Amino acid sequence: MPDNSAIAHGSPENSGDAHDEHPSYLRHHFNSVEQQADAAGFAMWLFLVTEVMFFGGLFTAYLIYRNWYYAAFVAGSHQLNVKWGTLNTLVLIVSSFTMAMGVWCSQTRRRSGLVLCLTLTFLLGLGFLGIKTIEYREKIEKHHVPGFHYSLQSFMDPQSEPEVYSEYHDKPLPLDMAVHTELYFSLYFLMTGMHALHMIIGLGILAFMILRARTGAYTSGHTTFVLNFGLYWHFIDIVWIYLFALLYLISRHA
Amino acid sequence: MSATIVSLPDQSTARIPKVNYITKENGILSWLLTSDHKRIAILYLISLTFFFFIGGALAGLIRLELLTPQTDLMATDTYNKVFTMHGVIMIFFFLVPSVPATLGNFLIPMMIGAKDLALPKINLLSWYLYMAGGILAIYTMATGGVDTGWTFTTPLSTHYVNTNVLTTGLAAFVAGFSSIFTGLNFIVTIHKMRAPGMTWFRLPLFVWAHYAASILMVLATPVVAIAIVLIALERTIGIGIFDPTKGGDPLLFQHLFWFYSHPAVYIMILPGMGVISETISTFSRKRVFGYTAVAFSSVAIAVFGFFVWAHHMFIMGISNYAVLVFSLLTMLVAVPSAIKIFNWTFTLYKGSITFETPMLYTFGFMGLFTIGGLTGVFLGTSGTDIHLTETYFIVAHFHFVMVGGMLMAFLGGLHFWWPKMTGRMYPEKISQLAAVVTFIGFVFTFFPQFILGTLGMPRRYASYPPEFQILNVFSTAGATILGVGYLLPVLYLVWSLKYGEIAGDNPWQATGLEWQTQSPPLTENFAEMPVMDHEAYDYEWLEAQNQKRQKEVISAG
Amino acid sequence: MSEHNELAHHIVGPGVYVVILFALLVGTGLTVWASFVDLGLWNPVIALAIATTKAMLVVLYFMHVRYSSKLTMLTIGAGIFMFLVLISLTLADYISRAWGNW
Repeated sequence: MPDNSAIAHGSPENSGDAHDEHPSYLRHHFNSVEQQADAAGFAMWLFLVTEVMFFGGLFTAYLIYRNWYYAAFVAGSHQLNVKWGTLNTLVLIVSSFTMAMGVWCSQTRRRSGLVLCLTLTFLLGLGFLGIKTIEYREKIEKHHVPGFHYSLQSFMDPQSEPEVYSEYHDKPLPLDMAVHTELYFSLYFLMTGMHALHMIIGLGILAFMILRARTGAYTSGHTTFVLNFGLYWHFIDIVWIYLFALLYLISRHA
Repeated sequence: MSATIVSLPDQSTARIPKVNYITKENGILSWLLTSDHKRIAILYLISLTFFFFIGGALAGLIRLELLTPQTDLMATDTYNKVFTMHGVIMIFFFLVPSVPATLGNFLIPMMIGAKDLALPKINLLSWYLYMAGGILAIYTMATGGVDTGWTFTTPLSTHYVNTNVLTTGLAAFVAGFSSIFTGLNFIVTIHKMRAPGMTWFRLPLFVWAHYAASILMVLATPVVAIAIVLIALERTIGIGIFDPTKGGDPLLFQHLFWFYSHPAVYIMILPGMGVISETISTFSRKRVFGYTAVAFSSVAIAVFGFFVWAHHMFIMGISNYAVLVFSLLTMLVAVPSAIKIFNWTFTLYKGSITFETPMLYTFGFMGLFTIGGLTGVFLGTSGTDIHLTETYFIVAHFHFVMVGGMLMAFLGGLHFWWPKMTGRMYPEKISQLAAVVTFIGFVFTFFPQFILGTLGMPRRYASYPPEFQILNVFSTAGATILGVGYLLPVLYLVWSLKYGEIAGDNPWQATGLEWQTQSPPLTENFAEMPVMDHEAYDYEWLEAQNQKRQKEVISAG
Repeated sequence: MSEHNELAHHIVGPGVYVVILFALLVGTGLTVWASFVDLGLWNPVIALAIATTKAMLVVLYFMHVRYSSKLTMLTIGAGIFMFLVLISLTLADYISRAWGNW
């Protein structure tokens, strides 16, 4: 069954709109703007699928070690501040909203609206990274960074950390389980770090987009770039939704 | 072998078309910054040939060392580096990109009636990533090499060697992205840029094969990418993810590594199978038997290929239940490959077979791939695998499928489409000789290795018990013949660029849109967009076209 | 010109986006609350279920998949399927190791 949008049209049967048929952004190897936009969107989805598989390896490692060293993972996750994590989740969700609104602005040719939405998305993204910095700094101070003077004290003697202990009343871990908390933090930094790296790249592209959006580049019919960047941004949001659930919310009941 | 289907134009009046993709623009930058898929294919062809011969030289060193039972040519550590780099270069920098990046890039847009791939600049980026990875690999060799085997098994690669694991890992990582982008490009192109009338089931099977391989490239490669990242972090920071002393599991690396590397073998072979579908049809003058079965079996190989990776890990410490499951699944994946072999054989039946060079390579493929594939089934049955794994049986198995299969298909395809890519024919007699020499050399090199493996000679060892020497000498002698067989095409193909006969549009009288246009093609492939109004491999349609053209010539004259 | 184009990007309006935003915020609150309640083995199940629901809302509405072609859905499905194959077959090995050698 032929895919209608795939089979190009040999002759320009459509009358009028001749200028719209071949705008400047139509690349020569495509037959129509629809074909080009279609191909670009499909390419973006395929790229996101590769990202799913890329993170997939990390999720596999996480699931295996959480299964093996559950107590260590619980203790490790108690060291993460659930307030910051929740705030970050909310920040990203709102940024996904502003990004989606940006796509709407691009599609409905609202130039200043688009610039506003993209800027808000950018600021929210920056806020996410700011919160992450705070969290990472706390980890560094407490010596919970694998490979860099990693300390088992919080896990073998939980009462040495009153704020965490008063919340969860963790039992002290025996040494052979406590050492596995380092694995938890390796995965924490790996997964959130990889996620943050993708965010930083996204923010870079977003900054470029804001500058271009101000000139009206995305609000004169050529919505592909904004649309496809939106897909990337939402993907980053989805990865965080799972990271939050898996890393922060393991078992917060006392 | 005087019967031939080759039909060349009158050499006294024929000329290479003045305007084509090669003459369109001049200067090195017009090649290095091109977005023309055909030029990018040629760039790949040149660089692939270069890396092939480096990998081949390393193979020569291996075979030289193995002439004698003792480790006398080089130190054991050096031998480890030689076979590792041979594997890394041959797999990541030759086999994986070979057919897709050269023939696939060149032909897929033409076969579907498009002007270029969907993402031409990404195509060029793929080549640059490939070159960057390749240069890193060479740098690795120049600065001491790596000796872990191309499989980077942990904890050897993470804790016990001081060699260039990181740079090699980075080279493979970068080359992996080259592969991902190529696959992504092909999938988008095949879905979105087919000409009017070119439905899925009118596509040449070459396109189906590349579509299936592209799915593998896109879905599997990222997993080895993350595996390499994890190795790098384990080596540098010591995160403990593969370290038993920190609670990690070395087998986790192998799971992630083989999740890609098994589909990788299908990435390598499927495009070659695509070539075989084209050549076997053309040189039997017959439609491929069971088109739908061959098309679907390509996709089936791609899908099932994802479910079997742990058959590379039977003795590594996975659970017996996992061994059972993966062994059963491996039996499944052999079926679609066998379907193809049957269908190609039935294509031959009652066909008008001629033995031009591409067909010689095709016959070589059919025989050698069948043997290689069947021995794969022996290895997939865990009971026999326990005895045969890590021996020369494995080495023989994968060389039969990869070299006897894939490389023969690549050479066959290169010869088949050489007239289209260059406008010139290669010299037939010497090319047939080279094909036969390659076949003989191959059998002498690798068949003894099956025997060596069953007798118990381990792989990746520089020394062996003296009773194995005679078979090793046979193998090295064969390798010398094989080397000649591979060198000859380089020489006569380059010669043909200047002195080869003018080929004309369709020297093989083949069906397929690429043969309905000039050789070499225009940059935009077609003067006007083609409309596909017939089935694939429709020789009656071709005959009708020829008669129509003859009538036109007669009425014009 | 656009009667041939089935992807004349159905423009999703702000109303839909606001509703989804709300749903996502509620989901976040729900999952945080649930993690503080001792539900034994169900805690991870619920957390993943809520996360998956939120992810599906983002995919269907923010990423417009609800209004996209079958090809897009097939592509996403293929990615998720292979992701699940990676996880489940690998985990199958790890889980069955504990069962001993037959």
